[in-house]
Amino acid sequence: MSSLTISDVKKKFGSVEVLKGISLSIESGEFLVLVGPSGCGKSTLLNLIAGLEGITSGEIKIGDRVVNHVRPKNRDIAMVFQSYALYPNMNVRQNIAFGLETRKVPKPQIQETIQHVANMLQIQELLDRKPSQLSGGQRQRVAMGRALARDPAIFLFDEPLSNLDAKLRVEMRTEIKLLHKRINSTIVYVTHDQIEAMTLADRIAIMKDGVIQQFDTPQAVYDNPSNLFVAGFIGSPSMNFIPCQITQQNTQKGVSLDTGSESPYFLPIEQTGMKLDSWIDREVILGIRPEKISHYFAEQEANHNIHEIKSVVEVLEPTGPDTLVFVHINGKEVTCRVNPNYVKFPGESMNLMIDMSNALLFNPDTGERIEK
Amino acid sequence: MPNKSPATEMYQTSGAIFGRAVVYAILIIAAIYFLIPLFVMIITSIKTMSDIRTGQLISWPREVTLDAWKEAWATACIGVKCEGIKGYFWNSVRMVVPSVIISTIMGAANGYVLSMWRFRGSDTFFSCLLLGCFIPFQVILLPMASTLGRLGIAQSVSGLILVHIVYGLAFTTLFFRNFYVTIPDDLVKAAKIDGAGFFRIFWKIILPVSTPIFVVAIIWQMTQIWNDFLFGVAFSGGDSQPVTVAINNLVNTSTGVKKYNVDMAAAIIAGLPTLIVYIVAGKYFLRGLTAGAVKG
Repeated sequence: MSSLTISDVKKKFGSVEVLKGISLSIESGEFLVLVGPSGCGKSTLLNLIAGLEGITSGEIKIGDRVVNHVRPKNRDIAMVFQSYALYPNMNVRQNIAFGLETRKVPKPQIQETIQHVANMLQIQELLDRKPSQLSGGQRQRVAMGRALARDPAIFLFDEPLSNLDAKLRVEMRTEIKLLHKRINSTIVYVTHDQIEAMTLADRIAIMKDGVIQQFDTPQAVYDNPSNLFVAGFIGSPSMNFIPCQITQQNTQKGVSLDTGSESPYFLPIEQTGMKLDSWIDREVILGIRPEKISHYFAEQEANHNIHEIKSVVEVLEPTGPDTLVFVHINGKEVTCRVNPNYVKFPGESMNLMIDMSNALLFNPDTGERIEK
Repeated sequence: MPNKSPATEMYQTSGAIFGRAVVYAILIIAAIYFLIPLFVMIITSIKTMSDIRTGQLISWPREVTLDAWKEAWATACIGVKCEGIKGYFWNSVRMVVPSVIISTIMGAANGYVLSMWRFRGSDTFFSCLLLGCFIPFQVILLPMASTLGRLGIAQSVSGLILVHIVYGLAFTTLFFRNFYVTIPDDLVKAAKIDGAGFFRIFWKIILPVSTPIFVVAIIWQMTQIWNDFLFGVAFSGGDSQPVTVAINNLVNTSTGVKKYNVDMAAAIIAGLPTLIVYIVAGKYFLRGLTAGAVKG
């Protein structure tokens, strides 16, 4: 168990800069998830932490030790790969033992460790099988077992659940989380799946084009995304982005929304501290999560953050607990999350309620949040 | 063929049978075409000389005898020596075994480095090595002759071994490298993190999964080297000649009557080892050649 500190790490492959100055740090025992679309550099960063690739500049510290030039085997890390990377010619027992044998751990101790790990992951009955005789989920467990056996300072997971089917993925996700709680180890976990990131992480680093877009707790990333990319990446269905203009009515500043009904709606933005003076009469992007647009309920009339609007339903997507209703606002398709009992059919006009308390505004040119 | 009406199924079935018959007929004719020379060789080798002189090329021997085989093996005259081809046969064995083993192992090591421990310029290096596969034998005759001379192993089996190792490396490296690029990189990464070094990874992880490609490389090298004539005739002399050269000399040795039965027997003996290797390991050969082409 160890902390991890990454300072201004850059990585170039030839003339291509894949990581453009990454800095982040986690405490011992924290679960860090690196998330982002393909090609954002998250796997490269993991390989740098593992020492499988050399860093171009910057510094990586595991605990108090700078490991820039330390070989992978001496970094005290263990890694679980997307392809599991089990040694095909060895059975499960030998796979788990390989790293320990290489490190000249005494035989009885190896046996003990294998038993311990097998019990923890419930793979006792698989110990004498070859990887080719295991199912995807079992291989996944063995790969984790091999990492656990080493009892390293940091665990690295490289998209470990991507090759599993949907149901198994959810099960293993829970299991990894439980495992983390139990052994309380430091984990760096790479995924492109934002749900995995949200559910597992203590801290999320969202990456794009070799730059960390935001590094924060899952809830903070969800509630306070720092730019359009993060806002759109985290959350499913994605946040609605509605281009609109900031206007002033009397003393209130707000946005105007055209839903296709008689006249545009004026929705005040009340958030404290938001400095909107310089934005009056300028275009912004309003970000609002689908669950903040719902069907009409009378009892919410009094809440001054919630506003009623009317629009024509275009498409319905039932998900079970909620139905996604698609309407057009300011010419943009907008998703609303509505209780199935209150849904109107496509073509009909529907009364919706927008909760503006968590509405976000973005600069349309830079994509950055407009705040304070 | 589900969901077909009985009529169309009937039609398809008879069509399929006809098609299959045509295919088999073509295959059988082709097989006969290729087997006839072997057949002629075998029956000629068990005939007596008088039988050959009076009989037809494709006729059963009137009297079956293995004398020609014995003569070919132990007493036939090659040049001025009348000791058969056995000495040359063992020359070939002494040449093939070490050169196959060494070139295959070196090819495996090369392939391992070129696929899993890439270095700056390793792709260029590999391309240059590949050129070796396209260099005709004749081109290297003179430079190789002078090299062997300087090394002091000209006209010897060791010289031939060196030539075959060097010439075979391009092929074995190509085989192993192409096989190893299909092995996921993660395997090597995992082993590195597990603390294994260059040799331990090669020995414990890569070699155990390399059987199919070893079979391919060994069969390929063994056939190439055993069947080689040009290097044999150019770089060996007198007692160190391989069996392919000896057969040539046997047939060209003009001491009176041409003994076709002895020539045939000697040719079969010379061809037997490669034949046996194909029969024993042929299916692995095909499997190994297509390994990596198809997943699994």
